[in-house]
Amino acid sequence: MVNLTVNGMARMFDGDEDMPLLWYLRDDLRLTGTRFGCGAGLCGACTVHLDGTAVRACQTPLKSLNNKKVVTVEGLSPNGTHPVQAAWEQHNVAQCGYCQTGQIMQAASLLARTPNPSDAQIDTAMQGNICRCGTYQRIRAAIKTAAGRRA
Amino acid sequence: MTVINVSRRQFLGGMFSTGALVLASRVMPESAWAQTPTPLFKTKADLASLNPSVYLGIEPDGTVFIVTHRSEMGTGIRTSLPMVAADELDADWGRCRIEQGVGDPRYGDQNTDGSRSVRDFYDAFRRAGASARAMLVSAAAAQWNVPAAQCVVRNHEVIHEASNRRAGFGALVPAAAKLPVPKAEDLRFKPKTAWKLVGQKTSTYDQKDIVTGKAQFGLDVYRDGMVFASIEHPPVLGGTAKSVDDKAALAVKGVQQTVALDTFKPPHLFQPLGGVAVIANSTWSAIKGRRALKVEWNDGAHGAFDSDTFKQQMLATVKQTGKVYRNLGNVDAEFAASAKSGGKVIEAMYATPMAAHASMEPPVAVAEFSNGKATIWAPTQNPQAVQEAVSAALGIKKEDVVCHVTLLGGGFGRKSKPDYAAEAAVLARKLGKPVKVIWTREDDIRFDYYHTTAVVYHKAAVDGRGKPTAWLHRSVFPPIASTFVPGAREPLSFELDLGLTDVPFDIPNIRAENGPADAHVRIGWFRAVSNNFHAFAAHSFADEMARAAGRDPLEFLLDMMGPGKVLDLKAQGVDYSNYGAPYDKYPIDTRRLRRVLEIAGEKSGWGKSKSGGGRGMGIAAHRSFNTYVASVVEVEVDGNGQFKVPRIHQVVDAGVIVNPDRVRSQMEGAAVMAVGLARTGEITAKGGRITQSNFHDFQVARMPDAPYQVDVHFVDSEAPPTGVGEPGLPPVLSALGNAIFAATGKRVRELPISKMKLV
Repeated sequence: MVNLTVNGMARMFDGDEDMPLLWYLRDDLRLTGTRFGCGAGLCGACTVHLDGTAVRACQTPLKSLNNKKVVTVEGLSPNGTHPVQAAWEQHNVAQCGYCQTGQIMQAASLLARTPNPSDAQIDTAMQGNICRCGTYQRIRAAIKTAAGRRA
Repeated sequence: MTVINVSRRQFLGGMFSTGALVLASRVMPESAWAQTPTPLFKTKADLASLNPSVYLGIEPDGTVFIVTHRSEMGTGIRTSLPMVAADELDADWGRCRIEQGVGDPRYGDQNTDGSRSVRDFYDAFRRAGASARAMLVSAAAAQWNVPAAQCVVRNHEVIHEASNRRAGFGALVPAAAKLPVPKAEDLRFKPKTAWKLVGQKTSTYDQKDIVTGKAQFGLDVYRDGMVFASIEHPPVLGGTAKSVDDKAALAVKGVQQTVALDTFKPPHLFQPLGGVAVIANSTWSAIKGRRALKVEWNDGAHGAFDSDTFKQQMLATVKQTGKVYRNLGNVDAEFAASAKSGGKVIEAMYATPMAAHASMEPPVAVAEFSNGKATIWAPTQNPQAVQEAVSAALGIKKEDVVCHVTLLGGGFGRKSKPDYAAEAAVLARKLGKPVKVIWTREDDIRFDYYHTTAVVYHKAAVDGRGKPTAWLHRSVFPPIASTFVPGAREPLSFELDLGLTDVPFDIPNIRAENGPADAHVRIGWFRAVSNNFHAFAAHSFADEMARAAGRDPLEFLLDMMGPGKVLDLKAQGVDYSNYGAPYDKYPIDTRRLRRVLEIAGEKSGWGKSKSGGGRGMGIAAHRSFNTYVASVVEVEVDGNGQFKVPRIHQVVDAGVIVNPDRVRSQMEGAAVMAVGLARTGEITAKGGRITQSNFHDFQVARMPDAPYQVDVHFVDSEAPPTGVGEPGLPPVLSALGNAIFAATGKRVRELPISKMKLV
């Protein structure tokens, strides 16, 4: 039995505790904004916040989540108004958009810790998140906008 | 509007003809207006009171419904085509709702590849908007008893200025709906000066849903009572299961059963590969169950395929004279003469490996089957091909397959091939319940329709004044043709019209040849297709020629283009397919190539900074998909031989630009993909099995190694609009190699660059 909080709601899980958080969020809770990209922690499409820090949901088994707080993109802000989401919209970052929820969660985690990241800090924080459409330039610009700086 | 039908010419009556590239019979059906055939699925536009076209409808509350029948995989087409209709209608963009059309021939061609959605449907969407506009104006004029010519349309209203009367679209809908849909020849289109949306930066329609996680991709489809399937495919193309031990798999909690799937009968087309499906009540159980599955395989005909050995075979083939596809003048005579008259003859061999599409959303599809009919939800570039593939797999009529198109988490050509949707359909009928088939990343990398491997041989003569006098090139690659014709070793002509037969240089002697190669994996079209290796080789070699002649590459390129003209390939015996577009409307015009090169030179400050010592700039220009792009790449190579790309300039002439921000984003993204592909993009095989499996060994560009900045410049043009999804990629590949040469003196003749020692 695992007791955890997802987007502020208490949840109880009593299934296969080896199951990665990714599939619990998607198949059980239908929080489909967290996406499957590699299943191996290589692409970042499934990035969520675990106690405030970005983690890969595909590499986080349920058994590790007792008494933990999980936030997905759906819980990042009411109405999608988090500064990172607003900056993403302003820069029209997304092309296909599939990876962008993971990118946003990673960026939000970076900014929570490093409010004014340098290019090198952005590179380091974001290098685990692949965007096959190649929107990196706009992601960087949006992160700087969200940080309240001029891109 | 009709377009050359390459497919019919080449495989008469082929069932999957519409699935192949640059193929379309009737792009814009007349049935799209007024007399629409029975829809497979009614959209809100169909149901709206005023519905002059399958693409557009207006309700009495003023809401405009615009249907996009092309698939959204990141190009922004779901926004761009509706912009064209809304602008022509003079609608308030905020009151337009976009709907995705199901697969249905009444929309015309829906195969979203070949960078042709705007090219082929710009007129159709203008006409849809103009038709509705004319009907609303007629209704208002009749109501006010004034001549229609005195009425203007502005921002969702019809206005008669002389009498100061105005009426909103919604109020006019009931009367307008009773009027006949105007004939095409009676329509008047807005002049460019009156455009409000086209040419303006417009946010993509789904941006908000994307950043909040609400956007629905194929993976996000859930149906009541749905089960989940993960499929163990034969590791070698065409293989079959020798023995299956599913005991351990069935013991996994949540696993319900396993299902054996037949291996296709050649040609493989878009048929399921076969294998064993593990069915479970959740994705995780299906994946876990599949890991416990034990299957022994018969490998079949391709079990000995080894990509290293194969490359040596291709290199041997490319040294032999190939089949001639274009022959101008006499290259052999010129090579012989040049050597005697103080000219230089140079040659070089280029090679590129296979590559995987690796869209971020792996193949996935949901299917339901009941009462002899199938319903599919899929991220597909071609819902009509889904209908065909499912109808073939189930032996039902195409009209009995409804394909709903979700957003696509990337496509790049992979999702034009609906094998995964056919798998879901087969399982849904067998199990009698909704099924979601999910490919893992490993499945995606190992069972792609690969971007083909290629070798290209080049030889050229440059005279004593540094002017090119002869050009010979010869490519060898396993062709896309092999996906449609078992054992095909020669490409379809369109594969050669992508960078081989259409060399634009003003050289008196040109010969283009191709040699045969067998395919041992599924070969498909990948963003920009054979342009990638043809352009990489040709424009790298052009740089080599410039260096051999001791000339500046840009100056040399402009010289080699000549003063500029429309190429007459027909006069040279080439039946050029021109991306399925009529040649008189979209010719190869080297003036436009010159122009993008000149602008690239200006914008990049070409020739102003010194190359060498680890820094360098490279340039290339290439026309593909009827669009002209010049790229200037800047590189910095460090002491360990690692390179960075601080900046790329992309200059694009795509005719009229509908949504400039999305053209920019396509050029940015193509530059990133090109740098990633050139740096590390490589798929290899041993024992018929693909070696790579996930993003650790098939590496794509990540933020730190992507170009830091891509600057996009447009050529202001009134030419008919052309596509932008693909043409940004090919010139970057060679401009990058040329930049590395400028920086280090090392010539990139083989990809990926990660295998080279740059210092």
